This record gives sequence, C-alpha cells and structure tokens, in this order.
Amino acid sequence: MLSDEVKTLREVPIFASIEPAKLKLLAFACDRVTYRQGQDLCRQGDQGDAAYVLLSGAADVIVSSAAGDIRVAEVGPNAIVGEMSVLCNIPRTATVRATSKLEALRISKDHFLALTSEFPEVAAEIMRTLATRLSRTTAELANARLSPPTH
Amino acid sequence: MKPLYVRTGTAPICESMLCVLCSASHSAIRLRSTFVVTNLSLERVDAMERSLLRYIWSHTRRQQLWILLVVAASMVPYFLAFDLPKQIVNGPIQGNGFEATDARQPFFRIAYELPLIGHVELANGIDLDRPQTLMALSTVFLVLVLINGLFKFYINTYKGRLGERMLRRIRFELVDRVLRFPPKHFKRLKSAEIATMVKDEVEPLGGFTGDAFVLPALLGGQALTTLGFIFVQNVWLGTITAGIVTIQLSIIPRMRRRVLELGRLRQLTARELSGRVSEIVDGIGAVHSNDTSNLERADIAWRLGRIFSIRYDLYQWKFLVKFINNLFSQVTPFIFYAFGGYFVLLGKLDLGQLVAVIAAYKDLPSPLKDLIDWDQARQDVQLKYGSVCDQFSVEPLIAQSVHELASGPVALLETSVVVRNLTLVDDSGARLLDDVSTEIKPDETVALVGAAGSGAEAFAEALGRLIWPESGSMMIGDRNLLEIPESITGRRISYASGEPFLLHGSLMDNLLYGLKHAPQPNVAASDENPAELQRYAAEARKAGNVVFVPSGDWVDYQSVGANGPDDLLRKILPILDAVQISDDIFGLTLRSTLDAEVYPIISERIAELRLSLRKRLVEERLEDLLVPFDFDRYNIQASIGENLLFGTRSQRIVDDKDMVAHPYFQLLLETTGLDRGLYDMGLEIAETAVELFRDLAPQHSFFRRLTFMTAEEIPVYQATLSRCRGQHFEEVSSEDRASITVLSLSYIEPSHRFGLLSEALMERLVAARKLFHTDIPDDMASLIDRHDPERFTASATLLDNVLFGRVAHQVADAAEHIRTIMKELFSALGLYENALAIGLQFDVGAGGKRLALAQRQKLNLARALLKHSDFTILNRPLSALDQRIEEEITRCIIQQRSDMKRASAVLWVISDPHIARIFDRVLLFQRGSLIGSGDYLELSQSNAAFRELMELQSRRL
Repeated sequence: MLSDEVKTLREVPIFASIEPAKLKLLAFACDRVTYRQGQDLCRQGDQGDAAYVLLSGAADVIVSSAAGDIRVAEVGPNAIVGEMSVLCNIPRTATVRATSKLEALRISKDHFLALTSEFPEVAAEIMRTLATRLSRTTAELANARLSPPTH
Repeated sequence: MKPLYVRTGTAPICESMLCVLCSASHSAIRLRSTFVVTNLSLERVDAMERSLLRYIWSHTRRQQLWILLVVAASMVPYFLAFDLPKQIVNGPIQGNGFEATDARQPFFRIAYELPLIGHVELANGIDLDRPQTLMALSTVFLVLVLINGLFKFYINTYKGRLGERMLRRIRFELVDRVLRFPPKHFKRLKSAEIATMVKDEVEPLGGFTGDAFVLPALLGGQALTTLGFIFVQNVWLGTITAGIVTIQLSIIPRMRRRVLELGRLRQLTARELSGRVSEIVDGIGAVHSNDTSNLERADIAWRLGRIFSIRYDLYQWKFLVKFINNLFSQVTPFIFYAFGGYFVLLGKLDLGQLVAVIAAYKDLPSPLKDLIDWDQARQDVQLKYGSVCDQFSVEPLIAQSVHELASGPVALLETSVVVRNLTLVDDSGARLLDDVSTEIKPDETVALVGAAGSGAEAFAEALGRLIWPESGSMMIGDRNLLEIPESITGRRISYASGEPFLLHGSLMDNLLYGLKHAPQPNVAASDENPAELQRYAAEARKAGNVVFVPSGDWVDYQSVGANGPDDLLRKILPILDAVQISDDIFGLTLRSTLDAEVYPIISERIAELRLSLRKRLVEERLEDLLVPFDFDRYNIQASIGENLLFGTRSQRIVDDKDMVAHPYFQLLLETTGLDRGLYDMGLEIAETAVELFRDLAPQHSFFRRLTFMTAEEIPVYQATLSRCRGQHFEEVSSEDRASITVLSLSYIEPSHRFGLLSEALMERLVAARKLFHTDIPDDMASLIDRHDPERFTASATLLDNVLFGRVAHQVADAAEHIRTIMKELFSALGLYENALAIGLQFDVGAGGKRLALAQRQKLNLARALLKHSDFTILNRPLSALDQRIEEEITRCIIQQRSDMKRASAVLWVISDPHIARIFDRVLLFQRGSLIGSGDYLELSQSNAAFRELMELQSRRL
C-alpha cells in the first residue's frame, strides 16, 4: 500500500528530506515489483531506463570483466541502485542480482529526472551519496595499487 | 469557347469546330532517346532532346501526319453542312425552283461545268417534290451532323491518347533517369521537388502534344486564306492588313516573353514551396524541439508573398498583352472605315469590295489570336520542358547496361576485391579517404575500425557503390566494381548501413525487397487475364515504358535456398533469429487482433494454447505471473470494471462513462447496493488523486501514471469533491455521482495501491457480475465479448486471447517472461511460424516510422543477410542498439557465416574495437588513411593507435 511505501521511502537517505505528501506522489509514480532469487534487476551494458529502491530482500552488485564476474557490493532494504546510468545516460555499469526474494520500487528514468529537478534536496543528497561512493572507490583503488597483484 | 471564323470559300467555321481545334490544354515535353525495346531490355542514347517540337515530332511523326489528314478530311462534311441550311431555306421552304404546285427537283444530282471538258454529270439524282425535298435535305443535314460529331469524337480521342502516351513516356523517362542519377547527386535533391516535376510540371506537355502540329497548320491556313481574300479584293487594303498583322505577330510574342519569364519564376517558386513544405513535415520534430515554428511560418509567408507578387505581376502583363492585341485588331477596321471609305468617296474603290473586305477581316483576328496563343503555349511548355530538362540532365548517369534486367541466376564473385589508391572526396571537396590500397579475399571476415569520420564508413560506402571514387580503383577479378551490372552486385554484394530505407508496406515486403530483382519467368500470373496483360505490354511499348509488371512474383526463392513461397519463412527464420528481430515480430503478432476466419489455424486451437500456457507456468513455477479469468472469482489484477463486465468490450468507443449511464448497469448497481460502495470508493480515489496531483504542472511526467484522470480533469474533480463532501449519497446529483463512480471502475489494487479493495467487496462484485450476465439485454450483450475459455475473442489481441487472464503488475520483467513462454508455447504446438507470418504482415508505415529505429536497423540487416551474398558490407548497421545486444548479434552472424558451406567475405564497420577479435583481419582507419592491417592480436600488440582506441572505448563503459 502507498502509505507503507511512503514509510520505507522516508528511510532512504536521498528521499529523507522530502515532505510526506510528495513522497506519496513519488510512491504512486513508481511500480512496485517483486523479484525471485537470482533474477536480475538490471544488467551490465544495457541502457538504463529506471532506478530501484529496495523495499525488502537483498541483492548483489556484480561487475563482469575479462577476469570474470566480481561481486563489488551487497545491497539491502532502503538502498537505491541503478541511479547512475539514469543520471548520466550511460549503459549500466554493473549487474544487480537478487540474492533472495526481493521487493523494490521501480522509478522510471523520466520520473527520476523530474524528481531531481523538482527537489534540489534530492539532487544534493544524490551528490552526497555518489561522492561517498567515489571516495570509497578511491580508497579501494589506492589499496589495490599498494598491495601486490594476485594474478 | 469563343467562336472561330475561318474564311475558306464562303462558309464560316462555327464555334463547335473549335472544340476540335483548341481542345488542347497547351503543354508538352521530350527527351531525345531512342528506345529499342527488345524483349525486356532497353537501350538508349542518354542526352535529352532540348527542343520540344523536335522531340514530339520524333516520337509521334506518323500519328501527327495521320491526324492532320483526318482533320483535313473532316472539313468536307463540315462545309457541306454549312451550305445545306441555305439550300433548305431557299429551296423547299421559300419555294425557289418549286414555283409550280407539282414541281419536282432532282435530288443528289452531281453535275459540274468544268473548263475545257464542259458539262459533266456524275449522278442524275432522283426527282422529288417540295415536301419530299425538304425531308431529304433535312435528313442529309442530320447525317452530316452525325458524321461531323463522329469526326470530332475520333479526333479528340486520338489527340488525347497521343498526349497521354507522350506524358507517360516523359514521366517514365524522368523516373528512369532518377534511378540512374549518380549517388552523389542525391545530396542536392529535394525529393518533393523532383516529385512535383514528374507529377505536375510535365502534365501540360501531354496536352500540348495533340495540338503541336495540327493547330498551327489549320490556323495558319485559315489566316492565310482570309488574307489572300482581302488581297484579291484590294491590294492596298491587303497590304495594310498584312502590315498590321506583321506588327502584331512580331510585337505580341515579344511582350509575352516577359509573361513566360514570370511563368517560369512562378514554377520555380511553387516547386521550392513544395520542397519546403515537405521539409517541414519531415523535420517536424526538429521544429518543435527548437521552437522554430514561427520561423517556418515566416518563411512560408514570405514565399507565399513572393508567389503572390509574381502571380499578380503575371496577371498585369497578361491583360496588358491582351489589351494591346485587341487594340491592333480594332485598329484595322478603323483603317478600313476611314481610309477605305475615303477611297470609296474618291471613287477609287467600289463599295461592294469594301464591304467584302470588312466582312472578311472579321474572320482574321480569331485565327491570329489563336495562333499567337498556340505560340505562347508552345513557348510555355518549351520553357517548362527546358527547366525540367536542366534538372534531369545529370552527368554522368549510371550506364544503362548496369541496370540490365537479368532473370536467371548470376555468376558468383569468387575472386578478391582489390582496392588500389582509393581516394574519396565529399561534396565540399574534403578528403574522406586518402590513397587506400588493400585486398579483401573472398573468404575472410574483416573488421573496419576507426572513430567516426575516420574513413572506415566512407570505405564501406565506396565498396557499396554509394560514393564514387575521386581516383583509384576497386576491381573484382579484371572488372571495375562500378561497371559490373547491378544484377550482379545487387545479388552478390549486400550492403546495410545504420540508416535503413524502408518502403511503405508490410514487414515481409521490406524483408523480401532485396530478393526482387526480376519477375520470375516460370510463375504464371494466374489471376491476371493474358489478353489484358498483352494489351498492357503493347501500350507500354508505344509509350517507351518497360513491359514487365510489378504485380507478378519477383522473389528470387533460390537465392535464399527455398523452393517457393511455402518454405520461404523456414529459410529466413535463422536470419531473423540472428539479428534478434524475430522476438519483435512475434511481439507484433501477439499484440495484433486477428480475424479468426483468416487465421483459423490459431483461433481453432485457442483452448489448447490456453491450457498449455497454464501447464507451463506451473512447471516453471511462475503461477504468480498470471491471474486467469474465472467466472466465480474476482481477478485482482483486472480493474473493477473489467471484473464486473467479465468480458472484452467489442466496440472500443464505449467508455466507462457510457457504461455507467446504461440503464441496465444502473439497475444492477442499485439492486446489489454496489452503487453506494463504488461511489464511496470513487470518492476516496478522487480525494487521493487531487491531493497528490493538484500542485503539479499539467505536463508533468507523473501524470502518465494517473490512468483514470487527465491533468485537465483535476480542477473539475476538485470542484465536484467540494460539492459532494459531507453530503449523503442520496443528495448528490446523478451527474456527480456518475463522474465519481466511474473512477472506481478503472481501479486496480496492485497497480494503484490505495488499499481500497476488501475481500467482502470482491465477493459482492463477483455476485454482481453473475447477476449482470443472468439476463443481460441484447443491446448490452452486443457491446461485450464475454470471456469464454473455449472460444477465441475477436476483439482482444492474440496475447490477451492466449493469456485469458491478467498479468500480475508486481512481478518484475513479467512481460519478458510472458514473451519467452509464449514463444516456447507456440513452438511446442508447431504454430510459431504461423504466428510469425501474422506479425510479418504488420504495416511498417511511411519510411518504416511505425517501427523503432533499432527495429528498422535489424530489419535492414536481415534484408542484407537474406541474399547470402559473396561480399557482405555492413556499415555500423546496429548503431541504435545496446552495445551488449549489438555484440551478441555480431557474434551470431559471424558464427552463422562460418557454419555455411560456401565461404563468403564480410566487411563490418564496428563501433566497439573489442568485437574485432572475432574477425579474421582488422583494417584500422584514422583521418582518412589506412594505418593498420592485420589480425586482432597483432594489431593490439604492435599498433598504438588501435590500443588507444580500445582504451577509449573501455573508458566509455
């Protein structure tokens, strides 16, 4: 139900600052979808047409490279995934695969972009999330360069 | 039409005759081309004949002479008919020669007093009395009228046919030339302008053809006769008349030159206007996205203004010329009266002569004017023809031999393509490709790699013969690629780019377009009458057209490996799968509504399909994907309205509002008490919707989610709500009640998630549904196709028919699952090919616009692969697709090719250099030069530019 979804959305950092009435509108604009274990939310290389907010369950973020598939992160409820390719208009950079039965809100690209332009708070929060992610990645990259190659 | 008087002897030619003489709507064209139609081939001299009259003469000489002869012959009964009324009045009516009561006169006596020979009597005639003579003469008059009419009929038809044939010849030649224009020329052409020229601008030329020679001969003859008659009466007056006529004939056409010049301008501006209008239509997206609609308005207004001033100018000149022409015609009688009268007074001219001259002169201006008109028409059409000639005189045309029709199988291309010092230049003179030499072996796969504009695309286009080289050569064996007939290159070489060309027709038509090279000789056109075909061919030959017809079977089944239309689909299926378009086509099938009678094979097995779908869903543990229709249960994935009706609306026009207003439906709601329940529900829906959406701009993308209301209706509902709030159900006006209740009908709980549907309400709805169907009146029953597990529903799509239920909204990728399962389902029952055949009948729209670009590209690629050619040139054919899918398709196609028994070459301009590893060889282009050639490993180790390109691509990911 919409009212439950509004509660969940408020827990998601980037939506935390939006007033409840608007969150209800956002929830209404989303599709509520369920995934089975092993089903992909999005696939690396596809055009991004939507972002997802996880309501329940968990998923792996997997990047496939020449060396094989690498699991780069695990995400759980309240996480938002797939927003990067929607924002930057680039193909999906990773595959997101459900590791359990999973429920998510699917926000289509148009709606997501409308949201960022309408609520500057959302845009700022997205920036913060991305920046955090980037700093973590930079740290990991530095670590990887410091440690000797394993292959 | 104005009367034309011609003085030949004494009888005037009445106005009816003019219809014969002036029926042409003055116009015409020609190309100096000698068609030699030998069986199905054409040979022709290329230059266009620039003089219109010579062109018409060279093609219709014999017909022109014949029609001249017929017109001359028609004069005999014509003049006889003129003399007859005088004889009837003078003879039997007034009684000349019948002075005695029983006097008789010989009828039809032919006797002449000839000089030297004396009296000659050819026929004695019969003696008739007065009433008998009257009847006989009148009958002769009737017969003559009939003969004249028939002559006129014959002459007009003949001239019309002559003109139409000429028009057909010209139009055909123009389009033929378009087909043979060099590729570069098309960059400067506007298709609408060419179309206008072929369609409208040459049209008058056909009409002119019939009168091109007959009219001047006739009118000239009439004018000379009159002039001669005046000379005979009086040499002075004759000389004056001749002088004025000469001035008239020399000044008027001169003045008319300006009119013609304006006419030409008018034609040019009108042509440009039609080009601009078509540009606006084609580029309407760009107009809207750049807010340039007012610029376009200004441009069109300016052009129309220009056309207006040209046309206005034209009118002024036209009527000025008319005025001066009339003045000349009237001045002459003034001279006759003033000076002729003076001579009479002096006694130098006798009065009878003057009267005769004035009477004769009355007949002179008309033929003169018509002669001048004819000359103007001639110049006008000559001008039009000349301007069309200019547009179509393009050098060099593709040689006729290159387009030779070849119906048999053609030789394979089994030698290498050798490219030597190939240089390509674009329209501005910039080099696209610079001095490239390489060899492509007949069995290798070559990846052309390079950034956009690096020369790789240009190289592919050159091999596809779309750009002609500035210098250098492309040879296959000992033959120049550009000189090989299209009957070989069009079959043995295939080319596809990312800008597909699709015809307005079905998917199948477009797919098979690449196989339609020549009519199949062995296939008899069964539905066409052979006599009809023969007539068609004979007429086509007379107009210099080709004689083969498009309606026959043109598909070259052998080249796909099929024996005929029956196993064609099976042969092309692997290719459709390889380019991943079969799913799209299958999707089209599923979304189409079928005529059960046309496709009985599917509609008859609908129950079987539904059953196996259920079974399969259980097997795959996907039961939650679909909620089937069940008369005894509420379908949670369907709207409340659908649940109540339990059927598909057979007429799309019936919307929910009409349904609610229907008395039977009203009664149902009242008896079940649902009227109040649904009203309350609608009220809550309206409250929520208004609360959510009232602050949003009407064009906000969220409104697309609001399926039961439009943005414009939000304020309306706001007002309705303020009226209804706090009022009892009974107090609310019936209109408001209906508009609120109707909202509930489109409510679907899993989609809208307002939490309004309870178990109890669902049970009441199912009960109401049963009641609804118990004694449903006929008019209501005719609006609804009730869901029936055993029967095919004609008003629903094939997908809905097979599903017989609603897909769960909350299941992710449900549509994809359904598509996969549907495909397996149809394959398992052996119906997949039948289903695809239905989808292949989908009409792609003008230029294929009803398909997405990605689908058009796939279709275009499939068409190129269908030919199984020796050289396949693919120029970024899938640029609109996801990279992952593009790579999948590329791999699949290269794999299919290597599985083939006979080797063939593939040249592929690829967008991602990493895919190059599956090719035998890589050609690397940079700034128009070929900077590397070798296999993938070799290049990625030794070539820095290649490595850079690959890194660039990886970074982009």
